[in-house]
Amino acid sequence: MDWQFVFSQALTQAIGPTMLVYALGAIGLNLQFGYTGLLNFGQAAFVAMGAYGLAMTVVVFGLPFWWGIVVGLLAAVVMALLLGIPTLRLRADYLAIVTIAAAEIVRRLARATVWSEHTGGSDGMRGFSEPFFAMNPYPPDGNWSFLIFSMENGRLFVDFGVATLQYSSRDLWIMTVGWGLVAFFLVVLGLLVHSPWGRVLKGIREDEEAVRSLGKNVFAYKMQALVIGGLIGAVAGFIFALSRANVQPDTFTTDLTFYLYVVLILGGAARLFGPVLGAALFWFLYNIFSQGLSQAIRADVIPSSVMHHTQVGPLVFFLLGLGMVLLLIFRPQGILGNRRELMLDVR
Amino acid sequence: MPETSRGGPLRRTVLLLSAAFAGLLLCLGVSSSAVAQEALGVHGLLKDQQDRPISGVTITVTDDAGNEVGTVESGEDGTWSVELESEGAYVVTLDESTLPDGLLVRSGRPQLEIDVSSDRTVLFPLDTQLADGVEPQAPGDDPSEGESDGDDPGDEGTSADVAEDGEQLGELENEAGATRAVSLLFSGLHFGLMIALAAVGLSMVFGTTGLTNFSHGDLVTFGGMMALLFNISFGVPVWVAAIAAVLLGAAFGWVQDWGLWSRLRRRGTGLVSMMIISIGVALLLRFATLFFVGGERQRYNEYVGQKPWDFGWLIITPKEVVTGVVALVVCIAVGLALVYTRLGKATRAVADNPSLAASTGINVNQVVRLVWTIGGGLAAMAGVFLSINDGVKFDMGQHLLLLIFAAVVLGGLGTAFGAFLGSMIIGVFVQMSTLVVAPELKYVGALAVLIIIMLTRPQGILGRRERIG
Repeated sequence: MDWQFVFSQALTQAIGPTMLVYALGAIGLNLQFGYTGLLNFGQAAFVAMGAYGLAMTVVVFGLPFWWGIVVGLLAAVVMALLLGIPTLRLRADYLAIVTIAAAEIVRRLARATVWSEHTGGSDGMRGFSEPFFAMNPYPPDGNWSFLIFSMENGRLFVDFGVATLQYSSRDLWIMTVGWGLVAFFLVVLGLLVHSPWGRVLKGIREDEEAVRSLGKNVFAYKMQALVIGGLIGAVAGFIFALSRANVQPDTFTTDLTFYLYVVLILGGAARLFGPVLGAALFWFLYNIFSQGLSQAIRADVIPSSVMHHTQVGPLVFFLLGLGMVLLLIFRPQGILGNRRELMLDVR
Repeated sequence: MPETSRGGPLRRTVLLLSAAFAGLLLCLGVSSSAVAQEALGVHGLLKDQQDRPISGVTITVTDDAGNEVGTVESGEDGTWSVELESEGAYVVTLDESTLPDGLLVRSGRPQLEIDVSSDRTVLFPLDTQLADGVEPQAPGDDPSEGESDGDDPGDEGTSADVAEDGEQLGELENEAGATRAVSLLFSGLHFGLMIALAAVGLSMVFGTTGLTNFSHGDLVTFGGMMALLFNISFGVPVWVAAIAAVLLGAAFGWVQDWGLWSRLRRRGTGLVSMMIISIGVALLLRFATLFFVGGERQRYNEYVGQKPWDFGWLIITPKEVVTGVVALVVCIAVGLALVYTRLGKATRAVADNPSLAASTGINVNQVVRLVWTIGGGLAAMAGVFLSINDGVKFDMGQHLLLLIFAAVVLGGLGTAFGAFLGSMIIGVFVQMSTLVVAPELKYVGALAVLIIIMLTRPQGILGRRERIG
């Protein structure tokens, strides 16, 4: 079996477009959960707001691309307000249940056939990403090479010897924008959480009553965190929608939120670079396992009587769940985190 | 979402399932070929529940004046098509006498009037169940539900079927008003009892330990799957398999608390961490099931195509009555045990205030272990009963979980009686709401109720205000 292929694929995905979606989604979650202690289990809905806001504005209403971005962001803000007003005064697990329910409502509404001519139903929508790729500075037929980098017919190869990364020119454009956004939000978040505002958030996470007794409006702070985190989630939705050039309701299941939590906890919650590191590692491991197992089955290293190739997906997700449990039991702070910061308790 | 590699056959099955009908279960209908044709005509594809094409079925197309335009038989692959010369209204009739034994058109309408303006798909949902407007058997699931991580954009044809089918269901549902409402009420009560079985455990675990257990839905799946194992693999009758599944469910609850949760409590793991761990457990269980059982909906070998009792005002299958009564008896028994037995009182004491209960000499850990055991058994029972009706699928519990949450929150988190009350309300609400909204949106209504309750009375019907602080 071709270990180099498996390794190359895993490395390619570890910094690729999908990883960026998860990194951005988890950065938003980091502000909400990591710094403020809000259990937002509906981040998938915020991602969906961004993706659908963009797609529907462009496809259904025929408005320009930038309007789609604005609408997506506004939708996320509205969603945050709708969820936050009833629940932010309640205990943390109430927010969890309400957000998970809201995310499921969003997904079911998006896939309903009742108004599928507007939302695309379970097939979703396409045809909104052209304006974005029209801005692509990478020529689709470039040919050059420089040290380990080489461009062949618009595909970039980065040859490290043991592994070769490769991206199409569309991927490159998505990655340029995506990594730009990640850097931007990391800077913004870094400034925010080290400001007095950020210290109040951490205070709320540690002891809400204490912060309230200092005269701070806890509800307003929580709401601001929810809104900002949701906005970053919506930006993840833009990248998600653009990188696939379509939106589909079933990609926004609650499982997406759970994987974002895995990413966040793996990297380390309440650490600036936690989500980025977590997302890279998550996708690296995911691809190592799924590609490795697929290759092993194809090469008959694992006989098909033991495992069929359709069982690779379930097995990898099973390992993911197991990893999540073990991680939280034995290293809840993840790679970068500080253990004392994650001793949350809601009762 | 990571793209899974179990794309192809599973996803097709799921899509075909969704295509079959929006809101009803237990049968696979007819779906069109995905190929858009230039020619004017009607066409379709006949399949049974197991997705096998049905050949040799006679289908006749007449125009609105009653003149026969064409008669065809479905081919080996189940497809049929009739070409038409002009647009207009036509009547498509499926000759039920040519269907294989035991199969019927589920909607009870082998004759459909359609307007043809372009090439059109006509669907005849086929089922081994009885026809004649039998109520949706399927409270526990929503067939338009597809676990589809990998996206495959090449399926426009299939979703056209969904739309088409939804349309026809819409017509159907406007028919029998009062009977339908009564039947929905009963199917709602039945569904409510199923939710209640699962909800009591969730609520009591929350009450005694404070844990919001996101893996409780998978205990429901576990029950359904264990009964499947006994029934299909070991060949025992369903009722024996059901008892075995409940016992195993209880044992599983006990093992989970012994091996995982009690240890975490002893370590002093935070509740939020435990909540996220429960999500991991849910993923782990769900995908282990998928790994071993596969993604198709499977059925037990008994009670699948049961002839319903028709009282005129109510059509109900015996299995629904039996499972409903058993569930009710069990719920009452649990309620009585909570009120009158020593252990029941101890449980309520722990749910009220664990430290106070501990200081009066109650062994809190023992009580919690008991709650997990009984909760696991009851959840397994709910899983078996739901599976007897609708078949068992690896993600059935996951979809039920949010309704259980809705029920528990509605009744008041941490209270057993509230959980029961909330479950009945949610069950009836979900089923009755299909009178007004499309069946595929029935869960949305229930979840919306959950959010509205949060707004107005977050402690629920029977909860106390202090719990929410």
